[in-house]
Amino acid sequence: MKVCKMFAVLLLACMIMATPALAKDTIKVGAILAVTGPAAFLGAPEAKTLEMMVEDINKKGGIKGKTIELIIKDSGASPEKALSFAKQLIEEDKVLAIIGPSTSGETMKIKSVAEEGKTILISCAAAEVIVNPVAKYVFKTPQMDRDAVIKIFQQMKFMKLTKAGVLSSNSGFGDAGKKQIEKLAPEYGIQIVANEVYDKAATDLTAEVTKVKASGAEAIINWSIEPAQAIVIKNARQLGFKGPIFQSHGFGNVKYAQAAGEAAEGVIFPAGRLLVADLLPSDHPQKAVLMQYKKDYETKYKEEASTFGGHAYDAMTILTKAIEKAGSTDKEAVRTAIENLKGIVGTGGVFSFSPQDHNGIDINAFSFEMLTVKKGKFAILETSAKHEEHIKPKK
Amino acid sequence: MAGALSRPGLLYHMNIELLSQYLVAGLTYGTIYAIVAIGFNIIYNATGIINFAQGEFVMLGGMIAVSLHHIMPLPAAILAAVLMAMIIGALIEIIFIRWLVSPSVLRMIIITIGISIFIREAALHIWGESVRALPYFTGTEVTVISIGDVHISPQVLWVTGTSAVMVALLTFFFSYTLLGKQMRACAANRDAARLCGISTANMVTLSFVLSAGIGALAGCVVSPITYVQYDSGTGLAIKGFTVAILGGLGNSTAAIAAGLVLGILESFSVWVLPTAFKDVVSISILLLILFVRPSGIFGSVEASRLKEF
Repeated sequence: MKVCKMFAVLLLACMIMATPALAKDTIKVGAILAVTGPAAFLGAPEAKTLEMMVEDINKKGGIKGKTIELIIKDSGASPEKALSFAKQLIEEDKVLAIIGPSTSGETMKIKSVAEEGKTILISCAAAEVIVNPVAKYVFKTPQMDRDAVIKIFQQMKFMKLTKAGVLSSNSGFGDAGKKQIEKLAPEYGIQIVANEVYDKAATDLTAEVTKVKASGAEAIINWSIEPAQAIVIKNARQLGFKGPIFQSHGFGNVKYAQAAGEAAEGVIFPAGRLLVADLLPSDHPQKAVLMQYKKDYETKYKEEASTFGGHAYDAMTILTKAIEKAGSTDKEAVRTAIENLKGIVGTGGVFSFSPQDHNGIDINAFSFEMLTVKKGKFAILETSAKHEEHIKPKK
Repeated sequence: MAGALSRPGLLYHMNIELLSQYLVAGLTYGTIYAIVAIGFNIIYNATGIINFAQGEFVMLGGMIAVSLHHIMPLPAAILAAVLMAMIIGALIEIIFIRWLVSPSVLRMIIITIGISIFIREAALHIWGESVRALPYFTGTEVTVISIGDVHISPQVLWVTGTSAVMVALLTFFFSYTLLGKQMRACAANRDAARLCGISTANMVTLSFVLSAGIGALAGCVVSPITYVQYDSGTGLAIKGFTVAILGGLGNSTAAIAAGLVLGILESFSVWVLPTAFKDVVSISILLLILFVRPSGIFGSVEASRLKEF
């Protein structure tokens, strides 16, 4: 018993010593990211990017003399965990802003919490519902899934394909993409001949692909972020499906292309320009930012940069610019400053926010490039539909 | 609406090639589940408990083999991965289980769940969160053996073949060798086995070594199809466990049969139902079996009554 008590006292002492000295001139920024779990390939590069940026900012003396204190919480892609972390960050840590979560499902779960807590939330997830309808404190950096769908449909039209077999995973991302596909297909004259949802932890999809193939689909569109997206391509090619396979922007991690090996050749997907930064013309407005981020990330972590880390990069850039512009760390002032940011060059595009637009980039800002896989590497699709064609004006 | 469009009448679907293709898909699922289920059965045979860290052995096998494949040829990498997993299996048993004095079933289950979480987290720190896979043993990702319009990946045949050889060897081991019989005796009645001069502690260690090795081998052969990630063991373990129960715990031949039954049912469920219901089908079957015939489809009702778990 005595030993137990002594141990408890010791533990308590450790805890007290471990609490960092309360410094007045730090800016607390929270981050809820899926560092581990099924969406780890989103959350891990995001967390690494934030750590890298904060280290860099603090080394340079912080923002207006204030250093950033970054608190990263690993949600493991669980909306429930994200919710409790959001409450903790807002109520206990009293952070200025939260970056993340990594997935759409988690973001939707905490949207109202951020709103009630009057805390800025800059999500790294793609679904349109995050910023439509607009919530006062909620922003996001990735391109809209809607725009990704439009890019794919434009490409299909260009290739004279009308029958699509749609596969999606039962995750927030898969579901949001599926809804956009269903909604936009009639506008582009695309007929959905098969529409299958599979489990996000699926290990083989032969039966699903067989069903899609039997439906007479000319092209397969797959919408997921899990390893299953590599399995889909493999199974489709094994079953002798000859038509083009389209993937969502969730395919923007070269590891998936490599995992599918030979089967990934020729897969077409929309993605941010980070993946092909070195192929861009030197006068491209994003080239410098993209090359810098890619170089910094790759030298520090010895792994290839992905567009997902870029979303966190953009979120942090937007936040720091807004703090500089507001000249204070008052939540309301910074929030208003974000809404008035214009022409911020990020990895996902050039951001210009307004009270109505909390995403800041749209398809007309050339946020997506159509990419394909050539010999295990990403390349710009040469025969792609022009940007201007068939674009409906955004609301 | 789109769903209705995709189903232009059952007649359209009723052709023999499509039927065969679904069968092949079921075969793929089934053998993957079965090969994982076999690992569960071995520890159950020796100790009468379920090792919930079995899925992690599968993951470890795949991960170690992928890492080793960078520095050695494929067969050597697989062999080394299996041996390393066996050593890890032995260490786990010696550190966490061996010193327990007549542990209850519940305690053992909780310990193995703990071990599974421990291995998963360790793997996350060692390998990170990225997805890996061994190359296809024969050909590449797109190589298929085609019979008419039915396509099958050679890797599926590798998995099937490996399972078949494994089951044959295990059946022989447990039925005809002294060591195998000693292991079974331990599960049947530990005290009586000890009275006969069998070192029960060593038998339990051996069962962990064996099942870790088999799990690792399973991890190696399925990884080209399913990929391997630090947490991929859990998903495979759930299906493997379902199949082990379905076949009757402890019976590896039955596990293969049950795996095929479940795989084919899942595959055909995709044919008639939206794919999202695939797991509903398999879990419903599991529940049904647990209610109606808890000893499994092929298990003996009498034998299962005598067992603690």
